[in-house]
Amino acid sequence: MKEEIFVSGRHIPNIDPYLHIWHWQIPVYLFLGGLAAGILFFAALYTILGKEKEMPTTVKWATFLVPVALVLGLFALFLDLKHQLFFWRLYTTVRIESPMSWGAWVLMLITPLSMVWVATYIKELIPNWDWKFEILKKFEKLAIEYRTSMAWVLLILSVILGIYTGILLSAFNARPLWNTSILGPLFLVSGMSTGAATIMWMSKDHFERTLMSKIDLILIGIELFFIVHLFMGFMASSEVQIQAADLFLGGQFTVSFWVFVVLLGLVFPAVLEILELRGYKIPVAIPAFLILFGGLMFRFIMVEAGQITRYLY
Amino acid sequence: MRYAMAIDTKKCVGCSDCVVACQTENNVPHGYCRDWVVEAMDGSYPNLELEIRSERCNHCDNSPCVRCCPTGASHYEAGGIVTVTHNECIGCGACIESCPYDARYSHPDGYVDKCTFCMHRVVKGEKPACVSVCPTNCMYFGDLDDPSSDVSKALKNRKYKTLAPEAGTKPHIFYLT
Amino acid sequence: MKTRRDFIKISALGTAGAALTAGAFSSVNAASLFSMKETKPLDDSEFVRTPTYCEVCFWKCAGWTYTTKQGDIAKILGNEDDLHCNGRLCPRGTGGVGMYNDKDRLKTPLIRVKKENGKSVFREASWDEALALVAAKMTEIGEKYGPESMALFNHGSSGHHMGHLLKAFGSSNIVAPSYAQCRGPREVGFAATFGAGVGSPEPTDIRDTKCMVLIGSHIGENMHNGQVQEMAQAIDKGACIITIDPRYSTAASKSKFWLPIKPSTDLALLLAWIHVIIYDELYDKKYVEQFGYGFDQLKEHVKNMTPEWAYGITTIKPDVIRKTAREMGNAAPSVIVHPGRHATWYGDDTQRSRAIAILNGLLGSWGRRGGFYFKESLPLPHYPTPHYPKPRWSWKETLNGKYPLAGLAISNTLIEASIPAEDNKHEIKGWIVSGTNLPLTMPDKTTLNKAMDALEFMVVVDTMPMEITGYADVVLPECTYLERYDDIRSEPHRTPSIAIRVPAVAPKYDSKPAWWIAKKLGDKLNLGHYFPWNDYEEVIDWQLQELGTSLEEMKVIGVKKFDRASGALFLRDGEPYEFATNTGKIEFYSTELAALGFDPMPKFTQHPEPPSGFYRLIYGRAPMHTFSRTANNKNLTDLMDENKVWVNPKVANIWGLKNDQEVWLENQDGVVSTFPIKVRVTERIRWDSIYMVHGFGHSNKRLKTAFGKGSSDSELITEVMVDPIMGGTGMRGNFVTFLTEDPGKEIES
Repeated sequence: MKEEIFVSGRHIPNIDPYLHIWHWQIPVYLFLGGLAAGILFFAALYTILGKEKEMPTTVKWATFLVPVALVLGLFALFLDLKHQLFFWRLYTTVRIESPMSWGAWVLMLITPLSMVWVATYIKELIPNWDWKFEILKKFEKLAIEYRTSMAWVLLILSVILGIYTGILLSAFNARPLWNTSILGPLFLVSGMSTGAATIMWMSKDHFERTLMSKIDLILIGIELFFIVHLFMGFMASSEVQIQAADLFLGGQFTVSFWVFVVLLGLVFPAVLEILELRGYKIPVAIPAFLILFGGLMFRFIMVEAGQITRYLY
Repeated sequence: MRYAMAIDTKKCVGCSDCVVACQTENNVPHGYCRDWVVEAMDGSYPNLELEIRSERCNHCDNSPCVRCCPTGASHYEAGGIVTVTHNECIGCGACIESCPYDARYSHPDGYVDKCTFCMHRVVKGEKPACVSVCPTNCMYFGDLDDPSSDVSKALKNRKYKTLAPEAGTKPHIFYLT
Repeated sequence: MKTRRDFIKISALGTAGAALTAGAFSSVNAASLFSMKETKPLDDSEFVRTPTYCEVCFWKCAGWTYTTKQGDIAKILGNEDDLHCNGRLCPRGTGGVGMYNDKDRLKTPLIRVKKENGKSVFREASWDEALALVAAKMTEIGEKYGPESMALFNHGSSGHHMGHLLKAFGSSNIVAPSYAQCRGPREVGFAATFGAGVGSPEPTDIRDTKCMVLIGSHIGENMHNGQVQEMAQAIDKGACIITIDPRYSTAASKSKFWLPIKPSTDLALLLAWIHVIIYDELYDKKYVEQFGYGFDQLKEHVKNMTPEWAYGITTIKPDVIRKTAREMGNAAPSVIVHPGRHATWYGDDTQRSRAIAILNGLLGSWGRRGGFYFKESLPLPHYPTPHYPKPRWSWKETLNGKYPLAGLAISNTLIEASIPAEDNKHEIKGWIVSGTNLPLTMPDKTTLNKAMDALEFMVVVDTMPMEITGYADVVLPECTYLERYDDIRSEPHRTPSIAIRVPAVAPKYDSKPAWWIAKKLGDKLNLGHYFPWNDYEEVIDWQLQELGTSLEEMKVIGVKKFDRASGALFLRDGEPYEFATNTGKIEFYSTELAALGFDPMPKFTQHPEPPSGFYRLIYGRAPMHTFSRTANNKNLTDLMDENKVWVNPKVANIWGLKNDQEVWLENQDGVVSTFPIKVRVTERIRWDSIYMVHGFGHSNKRLKTAFGKGSSDSELITEVMVDPIMGGTGMRGNFVTFLTEDPGKEIES
């Protein structure tokens, strides 16, 4: 029998017996960040491709959600901090080796930029909108002129935002469940998929909806492919990764992951979307909601399970 | 100059004096600890073996906690001691997630705290509180680059190991076995 | 059964408008948004340093109390010059700050009052009123029965002051449970052999030994500082440790040989070793020739006590017995067969200690380097006080001829003497209890409760609201050792030394030092002339001046060593030496025991074994606690806040027990544990026994941290085997079984 125990009574809150230092705030932020990244990606992409007319929701209306999502996400992050008075320290330095530092700066750039993007379309939502100040009116004109350049910047930043949420977790080699390079791309694709689902949900245009639906299907396919690879990778790694994977293959997260994330969040909406494309009438809210739900659940499960996995003992 | 610690598991009796001394020296709040003692037993009665280890932050050379800190609060001091500047720490918890040894914790005052090798004593030429109090004298501390220091002498003649070397952190607490 | 002296459970104080004393606000743990305070460790120069010696256990390590300029005690460190600790305190000493900071401390004197509904509560009182009551009651008992009917139960420094008072009052019935419940048998066993007891600190030259044999001693979990320090030094030097223990203790894990002996059979092993050492001629021939008496009788006595014979009893294989005996023989005379410390096991403990002493005598370790040295302490000058009155009787008379070799008072007999009975001609009517928590210390709670109920008066002097305070008529709050002066410490060691205790801060709340309590009581009892000083500081200063130093000097150095005056540390080769026995030699055949009709050489007797479904209750220590004394100390409960019951996996399998499962224990007499205890399934304990650390299971609600944590082993010790030679209470003959369902026992005393 092997017995390895603390004899000095160690029982630090949130660290023993299992690490649980990040609570709901982090998965909520990751979800909102991914969602914002997805929406911005498509908005930027279709602006660059010159398809603003065919894809109004993509390029305009969905992006109104982005500043809200980002601000809410940032607020959730702020709530997670335990030394909140000093949060401004994040912006006094750029630490290349710290994904969290990248994230802080990317958000610093993308949030105002997305607000500017939204500001350029605000007159289309509220016709009587008045900027009141001359300088703002001038700025609006400038922004609309440079919309394509903004789109390029947003395209790159949104990819960075989407992928960094995964790299943030995968950089922690102390948490075997996260320490896989597939996590970055997986989170990016998941974010894009939730973005596409939102656009699909919001869109009133049949063409746009169908296109987004098809794109979403491809993204779901890629996501499923990544998930399979994720687990293949774990099972072929060392013992700590095998034990991490066991949490999902018979352990406490098996049902919640495979049912809520894979089945309900990916496979079932994909089936519904295929049926819709084949001509059956499916209210778009159902697959869209399920994809969003699946994305949120995925992040909750990954954050919680990842903290449980560990190296020693 | 590279500070390190060597702990003789053959002499350690697991009394946890190192834990209390650290607590009184560094005002560690009740319910938290910067160092702790582990007993690892193997075998079946009566063929048993026991290893007792006093563990703490390993002040690694390749610390993931320093790497991942977004504000630079977690940093290296002279001699390789890893510390946290309290008023630069935002309490994001990334360093806690990144430590394979679970050496860090979130102090109730908001910042992240851990063993500092009693830097305030080391700079004056004293040893950390845990090393100074250990009744079995099983802890050695000093400059690894100095061949006449306690820790260098301890490592010269004995077999030793580190914890989870496969984590790639290059820890600097050596356990004499 | 409601008795007159029912245990006052509720922390409710009487309705006399008393102020709330238990102001326990739990520390604020939430991150404070707006606080920028940083708790940086202070530089040592920011502290005020006061010398003291520790009172958490009885090793009395000298140290320094570090107090901040604001008057808070921050930490306690060891005194580098102290022989007991060499500058390193043990975890309990380091955690002594917790004793000072404990919010559950006794804060004011309390007097028991009976309410109309028959229940008793405590009401707060002033010192004057409380002391007046104590004095009145003591005088009453003195007049009715004689001053000898007052007894003092004590453990710790306060005993000296309360004892001085009691002796001035006219009674010499002063007892410490550490004799009959702990060290007594080995004192008598060694005295019968070498003419000298072992004492404390033990004069074991562990740091230079080549082989140390631990029989049921668990140095490492038993955290007596000097012993642990020297054992580590011995390990460094490559000494061989042989541990005999049914449990894989920490010491066992560091041993070259661990003999997992069947419990209660140690005497057989010892006798077999004596056989091998004699018949294989492994003993120190010159030493035995020069100093031994009765060798031939011993040789004849152990003729048939072969390792094969012992194997059948102890389950230790014969070749292991021979191998370990040879190991001891090769190391002789630098070998220590450790006398142990808590020796009260099965009632034949004096004889077992005799066997250990004989073994040491054969190996030639007594008075030799690496064995036992001749210790010396500095005699302290007595501050001139009047002579004590001569009591008409003492605890010796209460024995009615039993336990003839008891050198100190026996707590269990004094407790029995407190119960009125036909043949009880010397009744104890009143108790002063200071520094000992009798309900968790004494086995056989039934007798203890009967005695406490029969008493006319009990006053308890303590720092914490321990269980004993619930039975008192008056509770007097003593301040901790960090807040008071006490006697100069002068303990025997390789070199005589003294250490002083100086208060670092003023007593907290309304607590007072024991010397003040004794003096004020003395005043009220018209014994003021026995306390011809105003502050104990004067006494200490006078004593130090007589010794050639001063309070000023001692405040700076803390510890002072003196030269030996009694002779060499070890026996000198060829030189004669007179042992203080009847024959002047090391008595392998004890003339003292023979004269009293006891076995002059130890014999093995079989002890009862656990019935089916029951397991032997083995208890011990943890290095971070001192029995029940520290169970409320937050610095130490951070390390260990409850005990667990060690269960062998085979046994756990049979009972379906899982790790951390809560069980209740029921012993062979049907006594059930008050609180549940968590299971620790471990290979480290033998399948016929279970193990738990002593000192948990507190039932006094006023101990907010300790209440209900873990379970008490002493309440399950109802079968007591009394040693006929000196009255020690053998406590390892109790067996328990598991109850997995809550038996619903009421939390009483």
